[in-house]
Amino acid sequence: MKIIATDRNGAEHIVEGRDGWSVMEILRDAGLPIAAECGGACACATCHVYVTGDWLEKLPPKSDAETDMLDMALAVEPNSRLSCQITCTPELDGITVTVAPE
Amino acid sequence: MSRIETDVAIIGAGPIGLFAVFELGLLDLKAHLVDILDRPGGQCTELYPEKPIYDIPGLPIVTGQELADRLMEQIKPFNPTFHLNQMASGLEKLADGRWKLATDAETEIVAPVVVIAAGGGSFVPKRPPIAGIDAYEGKSVFYAVRKMEAFRGKNILIAGGGDSALDWTINLAPIANTLTLVHHRDGFRAAQHSVNQMRELAAHGKINFEIASVKALHGDNGQLRAVTLSNAEKKEWEHACDTFIPFFGLTMKLGPIAEFGLNLTENLIAVDTAKFQSTTPGIFAIGDINTYPGKLKLILSGFHEAALMAQEAFHIARPNEKLRFQYTTSSSNLQKKLGVA
Repeated sequence: MKIIATDRNGAEHIVEGRDGWSVMEILRDAGLPIAAECGGACACATCHVYVTGDWLEKLPPKSDAETDMLDMALAVEPNSRLSCQITCTPELDGITVTVAPE
Repeated sequence: MSRIETDVAIIGAGPIGLFAVFELGLLDLKAHLVDILDRPGGQCTELYPEKPIYDIPGLPIVTGQELADRLMEQIKPFNPTFHLNQMASGLEKLADGRWKLATDAETEIVAPVVVIAAGGGSFVPKRPPIAGIDAYEGKSVFYAVRKMEAFRGKNILIAGGGDSALDWTINLAPIANTLTLVHHRDGFRAAQHSVNQMRELAAHGKINFEIASVKALHGDNGQLRAVTLSNAEKKEWEHACDTFIPFFGLTMKLGPIAEFGLNLTENLIAVDTAKFQSTTPGIFAIGDINTYPGKLKLILSGFHEAALMAQEAFHIARPNEKLRFQYTTSSSNLQKKLGVA
């Protein structure tokens, strides 16, 4: 599956995802500016992305932990998600995300 | 100003800084630790105190808080001194070859060895991505409440949905002229009794609560006059206020360490893998803040790095003494230091 990620400068990156891995891990390893300070434990809100297009409704809903943790993210919008909580699956091939501001 | 002389100054009281105290202590080296947080444990206690860690050798499952507690227990015999709520702000080489580490609380630690175990850097408040906010910081935008009196009679806007945002909403409400809490949703990541108290204040008109986000700041010369708030329903509107206190938790920034004159690679300190010394003799870097070929950012790697660092730290701090390698299982000397013999 592929992830289409827009960075903070508006540049688009097409990154190869791996089933079962988190979108955060894929974006971070591809060199996108994802801090992911807590390492993917849903504990820091520094992997905040906007899920764009109609992809938001295709994702499993946020857990309470993710909703709570998003309170610590900046510039939260209705399509905000923590990318460490999105798991790559074949159904998400082509998902579009935008890295949130720092 | 307080000036301290010791063997080793450690920047960072996370798990690796704490374990460094142990390895140094076995070699009779005394340590002072500096940390910007108000308690030891670093990321483990700040970011994930309740989360289980599964890859600490010998501890199949341990939470971040438990690991910090265990390390504190392990280093107790060595009686380290903690300088908490302080940021390491300057490093200077003295004429006698030792180092002087200064903090923003005017502590000075003079030592032949400095160990940087600062992880991802200092925890500092997250700054909302609002254009031009830096011009207001310290004048009408604050990330912490140091003296409540400074906020008396102000028209305060607090943003955030965590415990800090709610606690300060409740505490500042009686002394503020007006107080508005703004949060992006009608739900909070905070203690339920604080949420109830806030809703009570709002119901009685003592504070305003808006479900919205802060989009822009308006004012002159650093003095805030109003902000633009926005939400899906009301779109955008101006809200008058003279003080803005955003509470979005902490993030890590390398901070003043970047100015220490060390050899940095992408904000990490390059070290050798025999001594974990930077290219500046006497300055060591262990844990997440260092880099070398094959580096893995694991707590267990940091423990190993601390042990090897301590060997070389001994040679620098005690140039005329011979180092004898000993095991805690068999050495009565080490056992005496640990208080078990």
